Amino acid sequence: MTSGAAPSARRRGRIRLSMAQGEAIEGYLYILPWVLGFAIFTLGPMLASFYLSFTNYSMLTPPKFFGLENYKRIFTERLFWKSVWNTVYYASIFVPLNMLASLCCALLLNQKVRGRAFFRAVYFLPSITPVVASVILWIWIFHPDVGLMNYLLGLVGIKPGPGWFASTKWSKPALIIISLWGSAGGGNMLILLAGLQGVPRELHESAEIDGANSWQRFWSITLPLLSPAMFFSLVLGIIGALQMFALAYLATTGYQVPAGGPASSTLFYMVNLYNYAFDYWEMGYGSALAWVFFLAVLILTYIQLRLAKSWVYYEAAAGEMKW
Amino acid sequence: MVALKTEAKKGRGSGRGVMLMLGRWTLRFGLYLALCVVAVMFGLPFLWAVLTSLKTPAEIFIFPPKWIPSSFQWGNYVEIWRQAPFATFLWNSCQVTFLSIIGQLLSASLVAYGFARFRFPGRDALFLVVLSTMMLPYQITVIPTFLLYKWLGWLDTFKPLIVPAYFGGGAFAVFLFRQFFLTIPKEFDEAARMDGANSLSIFFRILVPLAVPVFTTMGIFSFLWNWNAIFYPLIFLNTTEKFTLALGLRYFQRTVTAGGKATEHLLMAAAMVMTMPCIALFLVMQRYFVRGIVMSGIKG
Repeated sequence: MTSGAAPSARRRGRIRLSMAQGEAIEGYLYILPWVLGFAIFTLGPMLASFYLSFTNYSMLTPPKFFGLENYKRIFTERLFWKSVWNTVYYASIFVPLNMLASLCCALLLNQKVRGRAFFRAVYFLPSITPVVASVILWIWIFHPDVGLMNYLLGLVGIKPGPGWFASTKWSKPALIIISLWGSAGGGNMLILLAGLQGVPRELHESAEIDGANSWQRFWSITLPLLSPAMFFSLVLGIIGALQMFALAYLATTGYQVPAGGPASSTLFYMVNLYNYAFDYWEMGYGSALAWVFFLAVLILTYIQLRLAKSWVYYEAAAGEMKW
Repeated sequence: MVALKTEAKKGRGSGRGVMLMLGRWTLRFGLYLALCVVAVMFGLPFLWAVLTSLKTPAEIFIFPPKWIPSSFQWGNYVEIWRQAPFATFLWNSCQVTFLSIIGQLLSASLVAYGFARFRFPGRDALFLVVLSTMMLPYQITVIPTFLLYKWLGWLDTFKPLIVPAYFGGGAFAVFLFRQFFLTIPKEFDEAARMDGANSLSIFFRILVPLAVPVFTTMGIFSFLWNWNAIFYPLIFLNTTEKFTLALGLRYFQRTVTAGGKATEHLLMAAAMVMTMPCIALFLVMQRYFVRGIVMSGIKG
């Protein structure tokens, strides 16, 4: 921000001061909608859910103070640990695969080829498909008997194919495949593609003169320059994966209630929270679940920020931050 | 292509050059093959859904699958409107989406204007709070907001889906607008101020016209979020007449499959109808999409 007004402010103290005050008041007025929204829809509810997490509240009677009971109950409940396991399983497979897949797609699209716009559009379309529609489409593809997936697997000799959503072992991989389809070619890929196009040609050329092959150039020039963009999408990607809800909920409530089947194999953290809060109306317990999740995400993000120092190339980040 | 030609010219007449050219060709071929394989992986599910949506119920369960329907059943796309109140769902979605977009664009741009153009104590700290809410899992606030809307009597109305958009419009939108406003020279404002314009008319007469591309980008994102949203409608709406298209599609899925008859052709048709506006919007507005996403990633 420019600060050219400072010397003249000293010269004409009183008038400038009131102008500065006027500017401040105007500024506050413009951001007022956000301040109100933050107070009403974010901060207030956060404090309220913190309070509720110490109460027993099922909406029929007023909340009763309950001490740490909800928290004690969380850690002894089998479904909680099941949901934690499912969520960690999903996130730890999906996030790296998704990063790798979007990087590969971005590298492919960064080549000088004909029809690049066409390919980019095809890669991108799944990411703007409404999740309800893609669930309907994929449940049909994953039909154990007449689905397209098992037909194609049969063509390459895998017969009989997995039961997918009918099997406790294959329901999570099925969800991972749907998620990859829906996001590998999406925004993450576009960000990486923009990063690739921003890598200066001269760096590659001089490395080539020094005798570096294309793999070495990728490893020691392209990847470090991409690392800030990758870090950003990794942090958001992990938070997003841990919040897995809509896909699992929609894919598993078609034939069984509550969501998360078969046999709790797709009971992710947020599905569990939803079931407690909006199926069993246990608002106190649900709030405690929400707070445990929030703290876990905070800790995880903090660890990631610490680890970032060892692999993210910050000069590039500083260069990009210019505007 | 240019690289190829020069390679060919250089290599003419020598054996090594021919080998090099062949190597280039295989590399090119491999590249196109990889591009096409990936394209098939992304595109095939769509193709399969469209083909299924045009089949007769008898053809759906044929195995091994029959790719092309013997006659295209365009009637399936008419039938779905008879089987569920899709016209109502569509109208509901249009209302919610339209009103939310207006709210989000208006309030996010004004808030961003405040952050970008005015100096006031605590501004940078507050903006940091804006950014950090991007990482906040929304589930932490959902239970109390549900109780709040219940208390206000807003459950099963569109208000919970629309009203919050008018209060700040979300961190991402504020961020996008602010970044853009910062790139517009402040001299533009000063000049207008000399002519006696107040800050609101500077905003509407100078910044808004310059920011039309950002409004377009943000409008597209906002459309997709609201059109595709499932979590909040699921929690805040319960009667069928109030369902948005996303909820309606799910309702349709649950009701038609309950009958036990083959209904996949209708399900696919309904899913495609809901997806079509998104695809159309993307194809027409590709440029703005890419720009917006890239802008959001620049943050590093």
